[in-house]
Amino acid sequence: MNIIVCIKQVPDTTNVRIDPETNTLVRSGVQSIINPFDMYAIEEAVRLKEKFGGLVTIVTMGPPQAEEALREAISLGGDEAVLISDRAFAGSDTWATSYTLSKAIQKIGKFDIVICGKQAIDGDTAQVGPGVAAFLDIPQITFVKKIEEINIGSTPAPQGYGAGRVPEYQSASVEYIRAERMTEEGYDIVESPLPCLITVVKEINEPRLPSLKGKMRAKKIEIKKLEAKDLDADPNSLGLKGSPTKVVKIFTPPPRKGGQILEGEVKDICGKLVELLKGEIL
Amino acid sequence: MSIKVINEKCVGCKLCVKACPFNAIELVNKKAVIDLDKCTLCGACIESCKFDAIVIVGGGRDRPLHQKFDEYKDVWVFCEQKKGVVQSVAYELLGKARELADTLGNELCGVLLGEDMKEEAQKIIHRGANKVYLVDSPALKHYQDEPYSKVLIQLIKEYKPEIVLCGASSIGRSLISRVAIGIHAGLTADCTGLDIDKKERLLLQTRPAFGGNIMATIICPNHRPQMSTVRHKVMKEAAENKHHKGKIIEKNYGSNIYFSRTRLIDIVEEIEETVNLTEANVIVSGGRGMQSPENFKLIEGLAKALGGAVGASRAAVDSGWKTYSHQVGQTGKTVCPKIYIACGISGQIQHLVGMQSSKIIVAINKDPYAPIFSVATYGIVGDLFEVLPELTRRFKEILKK
Repeated sequence: MNIIVCIKQVPDTTNVRIDPETNTLVRSGVQSIINPFDMYAIEEAVRLKEKFGGLVTIVTMGPPQAEEALREAISLGGDEAVLISDRAFAGSDTWATSYTLSKAIQKIGKFDIVICGKQAIDGDTAQVGPGVAAFLDIPQITFVKKIEEINIGSTPAPQGYGAGRVPEYQSASVEYIRAERMTEEGYDIVESPLPCLITVVKEINEPRLPSLKGKMRAKKIEIKKLEAKDLDADPNSLGLKGSPTKVVKIFTPPPRKGGQILEGEVKDICGKLVELLKGEIL
Repeated sequence: MSIKVINEKCVGCKLCVKACPFNAIELVNKKAVIDLDKCTLCGACIESCKFDAIVIVGGGRDRPLHQKFDEYKDVWVFCEQKKGVVQSVAYELLGKARELADTLGNELCGVLLGEDMKEEAQKIIHRGANKVYLVDSPALKHYQDEPYSKVLIQLIKEYKPEIVLCGASSIGRSLISRVAIGIHAGLTADCTGLDIDKKERLLLQTRPAFGGNIMATIICPNHRPQMSTVRHKVMKEAAENKHHKGKIIEKNYGSNIYFSRTRLIDIVEEIEETVNLTEANVIVSGGRGMQSPENFKLIEGLAKALGGAVGASRAAVDSGWKTYSHQVGQTGKTVCPKIYIACGISGQIQHLVGMQSSKIIVAINKDPYAPIFSVATYGIVGDLFEVLPELTRRFKEILKK
């Protein structure tokens, strides 16, 4: 089973402080990390590889220093690493990013599953996963919290597969993945033929720590590099030029107004708070 | 198009270094130097510079070409339904979209996909829509990515809306991302503010980034429709007016468009003691300070008294005291209820980004220096095992009356 994992390098907000005077992010000393949701994507891919065999290819699009993120992903069990990096990609919005990633994935070759984190913690859009699936014209299952079953290769379809529950407008495929997709109320159980793309949430697994062997491999591995000229891509669809959306203004939101600390005996405090909130609740 | 620093004007004041959301500017020999690999040409540094020392070169931003977009009109709201009921986020969007449509002199249209949805379509009209595009088919009874995105793409191609809004829900975010690719439109996620630049007929889409620490205003000058997803609970619901008249336009398509490669096998609703977090008006959340899973009963008691939902910090979820679906924060859910009560939560930035847009925040913590107090509307420094039962009792008392 060949698995492609798309990751993103993001600033580590764990150590971000807000400057109380300017109300802006204090960025000095902020390290870059692999987007936390992508850690679950890497772990899930490695688990699938351990179960079914195959290859895990880690892909990232970003500046040259995103190579660090790829090496870390290799130390966690990835097999190959591809860095998509070019000045021509700068300023990409989610449309252009999805396009570029899909072009790179087509270059990489045959795959069964593409796994992405549900969203990146810097942009928080959750748009690139489905965007890549749309460009590749493959089905998607978003916000996956559990893979229930994967049926590949020679495994015969289960007895009575699809019988009586497949309306004519739905498909029945032998190679499939069945997964739980998180919703506001609980989850949906969704089945998709392979190849497909899934995006994963935190609940899906607990990522392992890098192994010593993995760290050694990460040091040595040769990272494959893809530039704009290596992709069969329309240059007008790349980077800022290919991005339908443009950022016109960035500002810091007004700080939350200073709070009021309620003081006194527990009884009095609670009484006061109930009075203060009464209007909102009744 | 690129960006450059005019060295003669740069005084090395570092304002741009602080303003850059992408950490792309450094001071080298007391002059600002922009790392073009990191720069996205967002222009934040240009606005911050008091000496006009930073300029975008090579034509500036593209001129909007709205002239050729004359055929695109109307503001659309994708009205999400579950189990045949239009979700409240759709009514919130209709409220905002009415303002946008009025500013543009456009009509407001709802889009509804499902099975047997005529009555619900009427409700959308009662909330102010002039038209509802209704696609009614058993294949659309429950949400599935492919049939829904294909139908929506078809409708957009046919009727050419100027703006399409959709809730930033688990359905909305999956659906609309595919649609934006399919029709080559710009899409802005998770907006908290929407406005119109009347002169250019542009939708000004404002959204938080970097966990809400900065806000970005985004436009889509050269593509139509302009599309955004909008957070639940941010906009005010459109008022209901049973006398409001509108037209329901029923559309039907061949079975090809309803074909789905994925199959929905089951919809599982988790039986929980409380309603879902993104819908709740009141959320009572517990963190490490709760000390044990048993103590969450206190949280549940207060939540129940207030008709609210139960949240949890990452620490509480990672300790196994609550399931992941309760987690509020960066790797959990982003919520904005009317009242958020944080109990025994210290307020790490990852938690704050998930709840700091709540209208009122109440913090109960025994550590007076806990960062949660810096965002709290009302703070109580004290023992939550004393405070919570007393608070629950008092709320029950006034709610009984």
